Amino acid sequence: MEIKYSAQDIAALVQPGRVHRDAYASPAIFELEMERIFGRTWLLLGHDSQIPNAGDYFTTVMGRQPVIAVRNEDGSVQVMFNRCAHRGPMLCSLDKGSVKEFTCPYHGWVYGLDGALKSIPVARGYPQEQDPRSRKLGMVQVPRLEIYRGFIFASLAQSGVTLKQFLGPVISSFDDLVDRAPDGEVEVAGGIGRHVYNGNWKFMLENHLDGLHPRYVHASSVAAANEQDDARATDGAGEVAVRQMRQNGAPNELWENIGLWAAPNGHGFLADYHDDEKLVKMSDDPLHVEYRRRMEATYGADRTREILTVMRWNTIVFPNVSFMSQFGQLRILRPVSVDRSVVETYVFRLKGAPEEMFQRSIAFANIVNGAGSPVLTDDLEVYERMQTGLHTTGNQWVDYARGIGRDIDTGDGTQRGGTGTSEIANRNQFSAWLNYMSDSEVEISTEAAQ
Amino acid sequence: MTEHKSVGRGANLRDIELFLIHEADLIDQRRYEEWLDLFTDDCRYWIPLEENQTDPKNTISLVYDDRKLLETRVRRLGKDSMHAQAPHSRTLHVIGNLVVDAEAKNDLIAVRSNQIITEYRHNSIRILAGQVFHRLESQNDRFRIAHKQINLIDSEGEHRGIPIIL
Repeated sequence: MEIKYSAQDIAALVQPGRVHRDAYASPAIFELEMERIFGRTWLLLGHDSQIPNAGDYFTTVMGRQPVIAVRNEDGSVQVMFNRCAHRGPMLCSLDKGSVKEFTCPYHGWVYGLDGALKSIPVARGYPQEQDPRSRKLGMVQVPRLEIYRGFIFASLAQSGVTLKQFLGPVISSFDDLVDRAPDGEVEVAGGIGRHVYNGNWKFMLENHLDGLHPRYVHASSVAAANEQDDARATDGAGEVAVRQMRQNGAPNELWENIGLWAAPNGHGFLADYHDDEKLVKMSDDPLHVEYRRRMEATYGADRTREILTVMRWNTIVFPNVSFMSQFGQLRILRPVSVDRSVVETYVFRLKGAPEEMFQRSIAFANIVNGAGSPVLTDDLEVYERMQTGLHTTGNQWVDYARGIGRDIDTGDGTQRGGTGTSEIANRNQFSAWLNYMSDSEVEISTEAAQ
Repeated sequence: MTEHKSVGRGANLRDIELFLIHEADLIDQRRYEEWLDLFTDDCRYWIPLEENQTDPKNTISLVYDDRKLLETRVRRLGKDSMHAQAPHSRTLHVIGNLVVDAEAKNDLIAVRSNQIITEYRHNSIRILAGQVFHRLESQNDRFRIAHKQINLIDSEGEHRGIPIIL
């Protein structure tokens, strides 16, 4: 039987320090999330470096709706729903490609890169006033599209806050990523990875700002890495991986002291992960010396120091993004159902940086995002155990009270957790979640936005 | 189980096949330390992401281990704290279509096989299938693996975690 949630029902799910398990386990809640969160917020679709030339496209989904992002002939990026205006087949079935026009496989309707209908077969079959061209049928643009420093965001809602308003203070994390490129640009490179877990989409967003889990979830890889003989052969990949695994085992005092910020709309970030002393150590690395030289050639010494001093770790843009600038990693969440979530993983190349830095980013991607990673696999296992655990009815609540009452108002629009292991990020995400979910006045596009 | 102690005494097809069977048995029996001993000190263990991927350094992979990381991976499989293997998986390798590449260079023997790996865990079965490439050194009357590469047919698919050795 279908369960309906009234505004009061939803409000009752989120309480101080805890949230009802239905938020993760109820299919009806998931349907509402698709409508009221994924149907409304800005969603990151990808980066414009994925489609450098006219006709280049990639396909993705917004919520569960297939869309195409394409580079138009005038150089602009457009995002259109991936269906033929006639009977509805997807026009593009590949993840990416390059086309001169879009042709429907069913009856051969042809569209330009801008989505306008160019030709139909047997046009005489229509009375003149019913000709699809005179009715201006075409591919339909998604209602809103904004690009920030190459990152392509779109929204299914006709109106709402601008992208900059939506991102608020976390926009600086995108700057932190792009500013690190000596040439001032980044590009997606090295392939797009995928993994999936049988658990709710919100688990990943929570976990990426969870400073207490690494020592416990990753206990096996921490122990294995700590016992590793450093003299064994490595081509660089193992060195990056073992170092990261060991770092997960840092004592709780270190995690307590890292910075954890919560921003409006459910966003947040971990920062101050590397202290100045480690930065100094890093500067002995010949690769870093060369990289710094190239940065200073572009930006000058002062600005370079400013850029490299921002040591931001994971940033969450609620509801579908997690990224980190230092190793140029980004993940896009694609919820499939209440208990199944696909994660797409991207790596960014810092244009103008030494090539070996990108290779380190690839090695880092494999160890944090690879489906066979000794680190990620334990996260995925825990997400799946959470999903099953939340089937129980004896305890209806998920608790996130750690650090409650100790948040620090920074005065710049963010709240900082009293410690790095505060559950402020969970509380902040559910505050945004409740805000979206309580409001049934969803503006979902059904018409062309042109 | 058969111990295939004769493996490596030459490079004829049957010896190579017995060696691959021995290697797969060690995985299926979760004798990972012994499995690791089959590898050279400068080995690679690789599960690429992309079809026809040639570059493990500039393209991401499901797994790309040098010797250092492979040792850590194997050691982790022995830890009780490894959540992703509680309970542990049971696997069964089936090896076929064995081809030895006559153009092998540097005294390495290049072997291609098709493998179907069935995994059982938590009441569910997963099939992982692909072409497997070995580069073998013949050392002191035995084979050692310099390179093992598993090209899964669904390498770019949506995989749940793969914490086990393939």
